[in-house]
Amino acid sequence: MKYLGSISAIVSKDVLHELKSREIVVSMLLFSVLTVVVFSFIFEPGSQFKNEVVGGILWMSFVFAGILGLNKSMMSEVTGGNFSALLLAPVDRSAIFFGKAISNFIFIAMVEIFTIPLFMVLYNVNIFAYGAMPVVIFLLGTYGFAILGTLFSIISVNTRTREVMLPLLLLPIIVPVILSSVQALNIYILGHDPADAVKWMQLLAGFDAIFTVVVFAVFDFIVED
Amino acid sequence: MPETLVEFKKVNKKYGHIHALRDVSVSLNKGEFVSVFGPNGAGKSTFLKLLCTMTPPTSGQILYENTPLNKLQDSFRSRFGVISHQPFLYSELTALENLRFYAKLYDVQNIDERIKVLLDKVELYKRRNDKVRGYSRGMLQRLSITRALLHDPEIVVLDEPYTGLDTHASDILTRILMELFDDHKTIVMVTHNMKQGYDAASRLAIIKGGQLVFNEQKANISVQEFDERYIEAVSR
Repeated sequence: MKYLGSISAIVSKDVLHELKSREIVVSMLLFSVLTVVVFSFIFEPGSQFKNEVVGGILWMSFVFAGILGLNKSMMSEVTGGNFSALLLAPVDRSAIFFGKAISNFIFIAMVEIFTIPLFMVLYNVNIFAYGAMPVVIFLLGTYGFAILGTLFSIISVNTRTREVMLPLLLLPIIVPVILSSVQALNIYILGHDPADAVKWMQLLAGFDAIFTVVVFAVFDFIVED
Repeated sequence: MPETLVEFKKVNKKYGHIHALRDVSVSLNKGEFVSVFGPNGAGKSTFLKLLCTMTPPTSGQILYENTPLNKLQDSFRSRFGVISHQPFLYSELTALENLRFYAKLYDVQNIDERIKVLLDKVELYKRRNDKVRGYSRGMLQRLSITRALLHDPEIVVLDEPYTGLDTHASDILTRILMELFDDHKTIVMVTHNMKQGYDAASRLAIIKGGQLVFNEQKANISVQEFDERYIEAVSR
């Protein structure tokens, strides 16, 4: 109960902080919307090729906007030494990690909620033509991104080149999550058999589970020094 | 016979190739007020970080009531209250929101009542609904004291707490520290202010080059003698 209470306290604090500062979601949303809009000019109307790549464009917009948000999210902890204060608290340190990861998940999900409808209009695709299953892809993909992104933002935030360091560390590791998410989403965009998406979603869920366990096991050692 | 609370046994701490603390052996007794002096980069802050379990030693052992650090539960950290030169506060939140957040993390009972008592003590209750961003350095430090004492810690650790404080905030901090000392709390304070550090302490220590070069009860040394010992230790 104390464990969940600590996670809930951190998430509530982060959401309250964001409601007051509007630093993270607004900047992520602007970046994400701009990416989707700019890439929409590439394709000629009615292009067949378009549908094969737009899933990737959508996920790239989330990933790069997410990196921007992760940096900002961790900066609010580092400024004033707040992260040290969290580490001094009498709670399991993994609860601190999962609190931050859930907050980041919520912020990225907020951006997705606004970006996806715009994406569907601009690219003239209906992701949800076969039902609401793509929501599961977004949830699983965003969770994997939030878990790994939070871990690497904690590692990179104390470096001088944090803006460069985070994508350098995160992107090579996050490839399986992005790849599975894009492949699963493309099946719905291209109108293929939705059953084919299940294997990608299983792979995605597998990576999420592995990353969660690994982070749970190593987080204490990462923050020790 | 004083009761030992924390014991450092040949503790070393390295950050990469930097040897921040070298073979430090020292005992910290219950109810003591230890002032730690030393030049910049001497290893004072590292000593405090090790003391409050923020970082583990590279070698050597730290025992808390004879229990080694790696055998302690997470809840042990609630015995420490840390006041740093950094405020540990979220600038976009109000004082009340900040304190409520930390109170939840430390599982404080009767949160609002406790916050009111402490904010009254540091004369910030009227400003409780103001965003911390608008606070002056002195107000931030007073609020930081409130945050550190919310859970009524047994050991209070202070890292240069007087830095940048005006006279009023300085007086409030001194008054609170004396109340804590009277209340038999154990206090460890790193400071550059010789007078404040000497006056408040029951034991004096000097760290230089990562080594504990002086560790003596205040009763055994006058302020002039200590001044001389400090200059001698630092210039050596």
